[in-house]
Amino acid sequence: MTEPHHPWLTRYLVLTAVATLGLICLGGLVTSHGAGMAVPDWPTTYGYNMFFFPISQWVGGIFYEHTHRLVASGVGLMTLVLTVWIWVVERRRWMRWLGVIAALAVMLQGVLGGLRVIAMQAGLGVVHATLAQLFLVLVSALALFSSRSWMSRGSPTGTICVPRWTVQLYGTVTGLIVLQLVLGALMRHQHAGLAIPDFPAAYGRLWPAMDAESISRYNQLRMEATDLNPITAGGVALQMAHRVTAGLVLLGVAGLAWSALRRWGWRQRLSQLSVGWLGLILGQVALGAATIWTNKSADITTAHVAVGSLSLVTGAMLLLACGRVSRRLVPAASEGAQPGWDETTPGRALLA
Amino acid sequence: MRTQNTCLTVAVLVGSLSALSAAEISGKVKLNGTPPPEASMKMTDPVCSKERGAETISSRHYVVGADKGLANVLVYIKEGAAPKPATGEAALLDQTKCEYQPYVMGLQAGQKLKIRNSDPTLHNVNAQPKINKGFNIGQPVKGMVAEKTFDKPEVFVRFKCDVHPWMFAYVGVLDHPYFAVTDKDGSFKISGVPAGKYTLEMIHPKCGAKTMEVTLADSDIKTLDVTLDVPAAK
Repeated sequence: MTEPHHPWLTRYLVLTAVATLGLICLGGLVTSHGAGMAVPDWPTTYGYNMFFFPISQWVGGIFYEHTHRLVASGVGLMTLVLTVWIWVVERRRWMRWLGVIAALAVMLQGVLGGLRVIAMQAGLGVVHATLAQLFLVLVSALALFSSRSWMSRGSPTGTICVPRWTVQLYGTVTGLIVLQLVLGALMRHQHAGLAIPDFPAAYGRLWPAMDAESISRYNQLRMEATDLNPITAGGVALQMAHRVTAGLVLLGVAGLAWSALRRWGWRQRLSQLSVGWLGLILGQVALGAATIWTNKSADITTAHVAVGSLSLVTGAMLLLACGRVSRRLVPAASEGAQPGWDETTPGRALLA
Repeated sequence: MRTQNTCLTVAVLVGSLSALSAAEISGKVKLNGTPPPEASMKMTDPVCSKERGAETISSRHYVVGADKGLANVLVYIKEGAAPKPATGEAALLDQTKCEYQPYVMGLQAGQKLKIRNSDPTLHNVNAQPKINKGFNIGQPVKGMVAEKTFDKPEVFVRFKCDVHPWMFAYVGVLDHPYFAVTDKDGSFKISGVPAGKYTLEMIHPKCGAKTMEVTLADSDIKTLDVTLDVPAAK
């Protein structure tokens, strides 16, 4: 029996995903402006109920942090509504529970954001940033699962057979993007500015020196205008790891796009989406370089965060869509016979 | 009663004698080399813009006075001085015209530090020590004063305001009172130092540190001239 489709629920889920992306951008602006601690109390704002904090006092770093808190409250409310909505109209039990997980995740996310301020732990900021990305993937996946094409037991990629090894490659590259986003969050939440101020070289070399004397010199030479933390060897190593992982992601996505074009041609939706994904990654590499060349300009850095989120969501959605139609290539039964496709699809069985 | 009075008199006499016999270290720290231009910053708070008028905001990494004297160098006894409990009055870190005053200061462990907001705008005071306990407090109203202390020596504890990201300052916490910060001409004076052999350190947030050995006899007045270098880009 085909599940009933709820187009308004799908639209609402897409809207929540867009709002979440906007919230991630605002969070990016908070860290880009070094304003995470500009409001030292939580859940109040300088002693006010946060919804009644006077607009005249939204100055400097407070503007970014306070706006982030208000929009986060809105996204939290939207998430609670979608949880109830899914619970009421959905017949798929796993879908209902995914809605509940979304509600729990958004509440945990709010508490993490507050604890980061109160406990003054930058590490919590990294967890907060990573959970934000995973939450965006979850809401986007809910939107995909409620879409008409998914409900009709198809896939947005169309009716093609995707070999399982290809699905595994999509999974590996998406996993690399998650790793890359965690590395990015670790860099951002050190609040040390640019641990390496040049690109494509690193302190004029292929691989920068990281001994104590060199690190001390990097700090002395930096003429920072803002309250940056000192550069550390760990920070330099992190940025190098971020650069290397970026290269691996670019190679992986380029390989998948090329493979999709070669196998299915340009007209196939999977090929188009894979090429679009490659476009995002190329844009992301350019924004990464621009982040360094503009000395971490807040707008560019935030755009880098936003395109990073979009790259992850695209990878995750492609992975789910491919998994939906994946097949295992069965070797030929006898000599002279053609190899065929195994018709059991674990993705379909799991998410039917 | 008579015994008490005698003790008090002896204590005052010993104190006065030790003060009289205490040595003094003074001198000047000069900068060698041409510092890079300071970084300027766009102000994001209209109140700050109004408070400062035509005055722009820029970093204060190298404040160089006449004769290449370097300000904001913390000069202190690094080794040889016995720890001493804080007895002096509270030190003041002021937030005025959306800037910390002073930019570099010394403080004794246990000494009260008054942090004041003299601006008609909100500041948060985010102290980020590595050894002592940090804090982040809000001072939304002009005239607010908070009192804090640090228990352990730590050079430097950085203070920052996240509302106004150009605002940061350094506080050197020491377990004795033998320290000074160079003024706009690079001059400093440390008084009341007991006779002894010491390691003196001159530390600046950008130029780094330089140490020297100093031997002081009773009532010595030692004058030192020290040069710190602009870091070389290797």
